[in-house]
Amino acid sequence: MSTRLNSGGHLLNRSCVVNFTFNGKKMQGYEGDTLASALLANGQTLVGRSFKYHRPRGIMASGVEEPNALVNLGAQGRFEPNQRVTTTELFPGLEATSQNHWPSLELDVGVLNNYVSRFLPAGFYYKTFMAPRVAWKHVFEPIIRKSAGLGKAPKDRDADRYEHFYAHVDILVVGGGLAGLQAGLTAGAAGAKVLLVEQTANWGGRAPVDGVSVDGDPAETWVKKTLQALDKMPNVTLRTRCMGSGVYDHGYALAYEGIGDHQPEKKMVRHRLWRIRAKQIITATGALERPLSFAGNDIPGVMLASAVRDYVDGYGVSVGDRTVVVTNNDDAYRTVISLKEAGLDVPLVLDVRSEATGPLAEKARELGVRIETGKAISRVIGSKKVTGVETCSQAGEGAVLEAIPCDVVAMSGGWSPVVHLWSHCGGKLDWDETQFHFRPDPNRPPTGADGAGFVRVAGTANGFMATADVLKDAHATGKTAAKITGYVSSRTTPPKSDAEPTQAMAPVWIMPQGAGIRKRAKMWLDFQNDVKVSDVQLAAREGFESVEHTKRYTTLGMATDQGKLSNINGLAVLSDALNTEIPKVGTTTFRPPYTPISIGSIGGEARGDLFQPVQQTPISDWQVENSAYFEPVGHWRRPYCFQQAGESVEDAVNREVLNTRNALGLLDASTLGKIVVKGPDAGKFLDMLYTNMMSNLAVGKCRYGLMCSENGFLSDDGVVARIDENTWLCHTTTGGADRIHGWMEDWLQCEWWDWRVYTANVTEQFAQVAVVGPNARKLLEKLGGMDVSAETLPFMQWADGKIGGFETRVFRISFSGELSYEIAVPAGQGRAFWDLLVDAGAEYGVMPYGTEALHVLRAEKGFIMIGDETDGTVIPQDLGLNWALSKKKSDYLGKRAQVRSFMANPDRWKLVGLETLDGSVIPDGAYVVGEGLNDNAQAITIGRVTSTYFSPTLKRGIAMGLVLHGPDRMGEVIGIPTIDGTGTVIKARIVDQVFYDKTGEKQNV
Amino acid sequence: MLILNCPYCGVDADETELAPGGQAHLKRETVGSQDADFEAYLFARDNPRGVHFERWRHAYGCGKWFLAARDTMTLEVFGTYSAQTLKPPKAIENVIRKKRPDWKGWT
Repeated sequence: MSTRLNSGGHLLNRSCVVNFTFNGKKMQGYEGDTLASALLANGQTLVGRSFKYHRPRGIMASGVEEPNALVNLGAQGRFEPNQRVTTTELFPGLEATSQNHWPSLELDVGVLNNYVSRFLPAGFYYKTFMAPRVAWKHVFEPIIRKSAGLGKAPKDRDADRYEHFYAHVDILVVGGGLAGLQAGLTAGAAGAKVLLVEQTANWGGRAPVDGVSVDGDPAETWVKKTLQALDKMPNVTLRTRCMGSGVYDHGYALAYEGIGDHQPEKKMVRHRLWRIRAKQIITATGALERPLSFAGNDIPGVMLASAVRDYVDGYGVSVGDRTVVVTNNDDAYRTVISLKEAGLDVPLVLDVRSEATGPLAEKARELGVRIETGKAISRVIGSKKVTGVETCSQAGEGAVLEAIPCDVVAMSGGWSPVVHLWSHCGGKLDWDETQFHFRPDPNRPPTGADGAGFVRVAGTANGFMATADVLKDAHATGKTAAKITGYVSSRTTPPKSDAEPTQAMAPVWIMPQGAGIRKRAKMWLDFQNDVKVSDVQLAAREGFESVEHTKRYTTLGMATDQGKLSNINGLAVLSDALNTEIPKVGTTTFRPPYTPISIGSIGGEARGDLFQPVQQTPISDWQVENSAYFEPVGHWRRPYCFQQAGESVEDAVNREVLNTRNALGLLDASTLGKIVVKGPDAGKFLDMLYTNMMSNLAVGKCRYGLMCSENGFLSDDGVVARIDENTWLCHTTTGGADRIHGWMEDWLQCEWWDWRVYTANVTEQFAQVAVVGPNARKLLEKLGGMDVSAETLPFMQWADGKIGGFETRVFRISFSGELSYEIAVPAGQGRAFWDLLVDAGAEYGVMPYGTEALHVLRAEKGFIMIGDETDGTVIPQDLGLNWALSKKKSDYLGKRAQVRSFMANPDRWKLVGLETLDGSVIPDGAYVVGEGLNDNAQAITIGRVTSTYFSPTLKRGIAMGLVLHGPDRMGEVIGIPTIDGTGTVIKARIVDQVFYDKTGEKQNV
Repeated sequence: MLILNCPYCGVDADETELAPGGQAHLKRETVGSQDADFEAYLFARDNPRGVHFERWRHAYGCGKWFLAARDTMTLEVFGTYSAQTLKPPKAIENVIRKKRPDWKGWT
């Protein structure tokens, strides 16, 4: 059983006890503990269940590579699943629960999967797709849905705050171990602006635990001195708990800083995402230890050798009394020495190499440890925890030599440099033939805008394993990076350290060498996703030879740890099965983030009110005060309707429509796009932009126009007014102003740059109010000023003048079919003008109306709406707008496209009105179906409904839709199924789309 | 995230300030064009591994469109230049030839 030792633990502050709970059980740890070390100190070796087979799992590692020990943290708005206990710092009141089991951690029904595991082989999911359709629907899908997912998604809104932080530096150094510190020191001393980030709370990386010395001092002393020197440099910024998350194009990098997680009582920002631009990036990210594959290597108590000594040395935690060490390299002997020095028992070291002669092995021998070379583990004994191992010869098939009781197995399969950040932006790797790992190839770095490499690697991440080499490499890398960014390093030499000679590792990945299928089916590669040696071998036999295919087929390396632990082991097994070399198999792609980062940190401040800016008109405050029910339109917020006491939304819309038809309505039309197009060639330009002629529009007149893309599809519409000889004012849709302005600029800057035209988007410079209804003129005449009579200002004209003392521009245009004046005033006077209209209009029954009434009014008149009748696949001809397509012009944007064969096809769906026989309202988004079924036994669609409303004017449902041969089928009754699952088919008659005032008498008075 | 220099305002702009506009130097086909030519104008675009000419707009800056020559694989930028040109300037071509001797040239 694991327990806390009475001494040791240089990361701990034993004077500060920290209380926490695991599965509701009260436990104690110390300040400086991770949740992992604290759980082990409390004897909690079983912490979770595996994803697929629900096997009992314990803590395997001590850092970011931990695959097993994932827990739920927090509650309600701070609940988060899948948190690694090894990277979670302990804080008072921490609440953790285990996950992926039912009913409890100790007794999990899902473990039955373990016993049927031979029916759940590699590619299990894909194989179920090949079963009869009925089996998928009723057998596999329900099972997979029930068991899918790791942990549970949070239900409550995130209670924490997050932020982004921007930094521009000369050099970003990722990693605060010896290499990172030395590289930062060299570059900082040269004068470069350096940001040095370390993902854990502690500087120094593995050096203090590995017992190395620098300049004759223990590593801790050198680390402390170096930090003091760095602290004094104003050009160097140091950050712990800050993980280098990703490297992107042209020196862009993200770092993820934990601020609030370990000190929730301070109620600070939880995570900060650093958005960094660095001229050079140095990754000093160290290496991760690899596991070994032997039968039962996932049983709680089997751990990485480095993790075992981390817990002993760093946290004063014994993970067990008796530890069997199994290794293919020298480094595991450091663990042997640590354990012995802590007074713990190491009954046996199994070294698969034929001899163990390195200095560390010799030292272990001197400590009286029994070392068996050429030997391996045949299998681990135990189920919920290790109780012993059976040994065998590595060379054989696993015949048992002896059984050794123990409660921990410490394994070491060698070290893999962390090359993730190097690889994110295209850095390539080399296979190291002597150390059996991939290391960065300095000749193929990620390249920046100048074509030169902008990422450099230092220390162990670069494949250097001995401290002296690490420091030398880091110093040289820091110097080079400083030089590239314009700083000359003074001629200091790197600190000295021992050469640390080692015996070469043996490329052993599975043990014993001749293990049979029963053993291979118990050898785990990916612990989190439950991928075994046998699965990878099966994938290879079934033809998945590419490493990327094998990854997806077996899910190897696809869990939240992204294969940090055993990707190399998986590659080795695959290369063996394919009888090829590891470098020929290659690696899968490394993608950011290095470890999972919170979604909240990605969003940063952009949530709630700050999610995006809201555009408001000058009349917005009045709308809020008058109980407007708002809807978003583009970035604008517009009133959908204005509810009066006791009214439903529908009631309000109906009242607003009828009041506008019968008396007087006011609409805030300020959101409509307004673009001034001016210059000697402006008319020529607008003739290209619009489908109809704008150059011949007389000064003082207005014309409705359509714009199409080069594909011929309708893109925007609106009324154009000719202001003077050289000036036009183009109205666009509410959402289209910026887009259309950009579109105009694109053509003017990139195609017709010799045309003398200037554009300005003046949308927000004006407030615009539509005064609509039979009483509109009476109101304006009462206010006095300009002549707004039908004779002086007829339909489709505009004029400047005063109304009620305001300088205005009045357009006689109508989107409702009523007598209508759209009146623009400078934005700053919009609210005052609106107030005047409301007050003075009282005697004429004035009421504001919202966007929904606007929609109903226009639909009753059969006017199209961009985004309803159009969806990016509709051409003007589909909507019966041929009258707006100039035949006189030789060209306009979209003209050529509209004669392509598909556009000219007579079978395109065309716009018609739809009138339900029973007067009901057709549901939004409904389709029109024809007779019979298609080859897939589905209904044949012959059209779709584009706009559908209840018309209070006509007291019935009205709709528009695009229907096959629609205009030729006037009077025909068609079927429109509802989408509520009842199978109801609504009968509707095809009619003309203009439902109200077909002759236009009401607007033209 | 790329950094491109806007040749109009001189700013080294982060990609977040820019809006991409696809392949540069397209010849507009229109009324009178053959179907195949018009189709190619609408839909056919180069997708090279290597030297490419692109349109960008400094959308959250000066608002101007400009053109960029860069390597799509290495992300090296050979230069940015005015959008008011029918083909890459000689100086840009020279930079590319120097750095990519096997480049087939602009067509």
